[in-house]
Amino acid sequence: MFLKKVAIVGAMSAVLGTTAMACEIGARVSIIGNEFPAIQTVGAEAAACTGAEITKNLTSEHNEINLPGVTSGEYTAAILANSSIVKMMNDDVILPLDDLVAKHGAGLQSSQLIKIDGKVMAVAFMANAQHLMYRSDVLADLGIAVPTTYEEMLAAAEKIRSAGVMENPVGGAYAAGWNLAQEFNNMFLGYGGSHFKAGSAEPNVNSEAGVNALNMMKALSEYMNPDFLTHDSNATNAEYRAGNIALLNMWGSRAASQTTTEGVTDAVKNGHAIAGPMTVGGGSIPASTLWWDGWTVSKNISDAEAEASFIALMNGIRPDLMADEAIRTQAVWLIEGYQPTDAAIGVFEAAKMGTTPYPMLPYMGLMHSALGAELGDFMQGKESPEQALADIEAAYIAAAKEAGFL
Amino acid sequence: MAGNAQKMPVGLRVATSGFVIFWLILAAFPFIWTFWGSFKVELDFFSLTNWTNALTGERTQAAHGSPFTGAGYRGSWIQEEFWRNVINTLIVCFFVVCTSLTIGTLGGYALSRSSHRYTFWLLITALIFRAMPPITLVSGYLLPFFEWNIWGILPTTIIVLVAINQPFTLWMLHSFFQNIPKELDESAKVDGCTQFQAFRFVIVPVMWPGVITTGLFSFLLAYNDFAVTSMLLSASNRTMVPEIAAYLGTTYTEGNVMFAVSAVVSASVPLFLLVMFFQRQIVSGLTAGAVKG
Amino acid sequence: MRHTTFFWFFLPTATAMLLFIAAPIVSVVIQSVFAPHEAVFIEVESCTPLVGCKTETTIDQEATRALKEAQPLGRFVGLETYFNRGHLAVAEVRELWLNEPDWSSFFNRLGNLPFYRAMAFTLTFTFIVTPLVILVGLMVALAVNTVHERLKGVVIFFSLLPFVITPLIGALVLFWMIDARGILGTAIQWLANDPDLSLKASTGMMWVSLIVYGVWHAAPFAFVIFYAGLQTLPLDQIEAAQIDGASRFQRVRYVVVPHLMPLITFVALMQLMDNFRVFEPIVGFNAEAHAQSLSWAIFNDLGGEVQQLSSAAATSVMTIIGVAILLSPVLYRTWRDNRRAA
Repeated sequence: MFLKKVAIVGAMSAVLGTTAMACEIGARVSIIGNEFPAIQTVGAEAAACTGAEITKNLTSEHNEINLPGVTSGEYTAAILANSSIVKMMNDDVILPLDDLVAKHGAGLQSSQLIKIDGKVMAVAFMANAQHLMYRSDVLADLGIAVPTTYEEMLAAAEKIRSAGVMENPVGGAYAAGWNLAQEFNNMFLGYGGSHFKAGSAEPNVNSEAGVNALNMMKALSEYMNPDFLTHDSNATNAEYRAGNIALLNMWGSRAASQTTTEGVTDAVKNGHAIAGPMTVGGGSIPASTLWWDGWTVSKNISDAEAEASFIALMNGIRPDLMADEAIRTQAVWLIEGYQPTDAAIGVFEAAKMGTTPYPMLPYMGLMHSALGAELGDFMQGKESPEQALADIEAAYIAAAKEAGFL
Repeated sequence: MAGNAQKMPVGLRVATSGFVIFWLILAAFPFIWTFWGSFKVELDFFSLTNWTNALTGERTQAAHGSPFTGAGYRGSWIQEEFWRNVINTLIVCFFVVCTSLTIGTLGGYALSRSSHRYTFWLLITALIFRAMPPITLVSGYLLPFFEWNIWGILPTTIIVLVAINQPFTLWMLHSFFQNIPKELDESAKVDGCTQFQAFRFVIVPVMWPGVITTGLFSFLLAYNDFAVTSMLLSASNRTMVPEIAAYLGTTYTEGNVMFAVSAVVSASVPLFLLVMFFQRQIVSGLTAGAVKG
Repeated sequence: MRHTTFFWFFLPTATAMLLFIAAPIVSVVIQSVFAPHEAVFIEVESCTPLVGCKTETTIDQEATRALKEAQPLGRFVGLETYFNRGHLAVAEVRELWLNEPDWSSFFNRLGNLPFYRAMAFTLTFTFIVTPLVILVGLMVALAVNTVHERLKGVVIFFSLLPFVITPLIGALVLFWMIDARGILGTAIQWLANDPDLSLKASTGMMWVSLIVYGVWHAAPFAFVIFYAGLQTLPLDQIEAAQIDGASRFQRVRYVVVPHLMPLITFVALMQLMDNFRVFEPIVGFNAEAHAQSLSWAIFNDLGGEVQQLSSAAATSVMTIIGVAILLSPVLYRTWRDNRRAA
């Protein structure tokens, strides 16, 4: 939100600098989406089209309102991620875009097209992944190599602690709920786990990979601030900026802003470095997930509105925006002509290493909720990993039966 | 009680004064701390190295060359145009209080003047209505509101807030009206007034203290509400509280906590003025119409 | 008052409540006995950026469409949702009852089920916070009443602060203050003489923090109401008690408290209800690993990527029933008094 104006100023300069392509639309456009800077840019550029009314509602509450809003046709387009497109698919409220891509999609790269069952369901414009961020100065002082596996991270943490440099050198967004569940997903996939039995909605987390993942998380948490179950991304980053932690697995979208907040010490500013995601348990696939953000068009609207929405949003992600420095650094863009910045290394490394995309399955959301609600007891040492995983499966099964998935 | 305060033994008097001072510190300290901290940078106010940084402003000194900065206020008021949200809040509060009191006064008066058995059950039903978690109510509104094209605008939010607050308003006003002697409007009716005329010309002039107190609680509800306003208002129509929550950021993206802190301090100013202004009426209102269960 | 007159006076408020509270309650009750249709899955190829294509499962819309159109509410499941593991967990509780060797392990395993875990905290919170709010509110009211006339305004104003500060933000600031490195957290460590003490790391301490916050936030509400009640205290009764030789405490116990009784009932009703629905402090304190409540469970069901509407509806209905049970003793008394008066 607060970077909104920056984004708009950036967008304006791009418009002035490149004399934007004429963007004419013939029907109402209304966009719902999250509010971080990159999406503010896309929204502002889309709204620069002329010819009909364009409204946008970019808010952090988008996830609660986008389904009813798109279902009723109030919103003609929604900006989503791979986790949230699933509910739109489940309810069948978004439009296959193949015809519109053929007609107006010049300039899109084929990697931007999110295809499900051969039909283009969304157009992606940016990517994200969790990867390593670390304090190069701290590691260099102690002669520690940059960890590439979680085992090395544990060893490095032990060295930093025993050298008396930091009491709790590891950070992580382990706040109970969505964040903790996401960390489990990373670790579980890194151990080669698969959340569901092949081709069905039957849960499969109560397995060796699940136990390993939980034990590794528990081991990591020994090197974290004792309040780790209340630390979300914001709190973890605050610890990092205060110079209290040296190693953390963090969202790539946070890399650029990690040292730009007011009052960060020089040690943190100069020592901040990023690397690709880590692997675990001798696996080759990183213990992380790959995410994209993209836009979709609503199904329950007129053809003219759908076409107008597509044209406007195409204008929001046109390649010449990538020439604008302010916009280029906002995200890891998937748009043609994007030159990766230093802060984008982690995400590209994640892609290169074959990181698993966050599962786009109809029932993944239920699994994520079940994980978030049941993992807290284990992390506090109140129950065994097997018990925790059994609880998760039981909670998931109850929810999935109710939702008609089992 | 006030009359025999002078007669208190010294020991008890000291104990009482001590207790009042202790309570005041407890009540006001977090706010004073927030006010002080709003002039610091985040790494000082929420310092993870040493809490005394919040007093000395070490990082603020480093970033701004002075231990105090108005950066949070500048950011929220100028960059983020917080005044728009202030205006929205004032509109919402004004209409919520007026509507709530108008329909609540009529309803509460009727409940207090009818001797039929159903009034009791109506009050109980209202209480049960209040038991419904607001978050469920709000998520139920979304689809119909979108379909009727009334989502995201201030009037919808105002009506919803009025409705959700009606049970509390009814209970308070009902008890208040019960304390106004029935003989007042009965005699007016004997003189030939209709029930409404009796209400309009006899009751309205004497009801203000109670109404003002109820109004204050309505105001606070509308002012502090997050559940309804965050889900039913579009980003451009946000009131202060959801806007402040938006400053805090999400998983994906960084927030600016100091914008939120300075906005919180700013948001409290009108409340102070209000409480100061109506302080006498609040208490006398409850006095005149003490709430009865 | 005649029925028709009553009707016209009551119509506006009744309309507002019927439309925006009663109608949603009815729809929630209906929702809670229905569940979404069983989904038909198909394997399809899906392609994502930077990775490529792989086979994934999705819902076969063609196959489910006819079913959805025939029964738009979903399939009727009766009370199944109420009894499943996410709610009353009837089957699981029966199993524990039959298999667990003793009471402590029974309760221990019972606390592992979401509904009972939430109830444990909710009831503890409700039954500790409500009496404390009334007690603190009364003490503050009695104390403030003795303050010098000139100072009263300022004192009342500062006393109101915890109640008027937005709960979301009040909780946030306090949450930082009680951090192990915050001002209150450090003070507590110093008092307890334990440099590693963290209020946020243990369930017990987190419950205490939430309860203290609950009392701090709601005490001013009770205070304002009691303070106002004290202004109408008949002086002659106090004096009569004094002449009879009642001590100061006895005067409070036998004259002041009975006079305030209707107000205490009112505050108790509102507080029982609000505390039973405790939600904001849990979110503000990031406390969900340690403390959960029914309202939090609803929030969790609605906030996931896949909304669990039936589950949230069932929990909402159970919240209403819970409140009704909780309030029934107070309501019964009111009803008795009401009947006696009528």
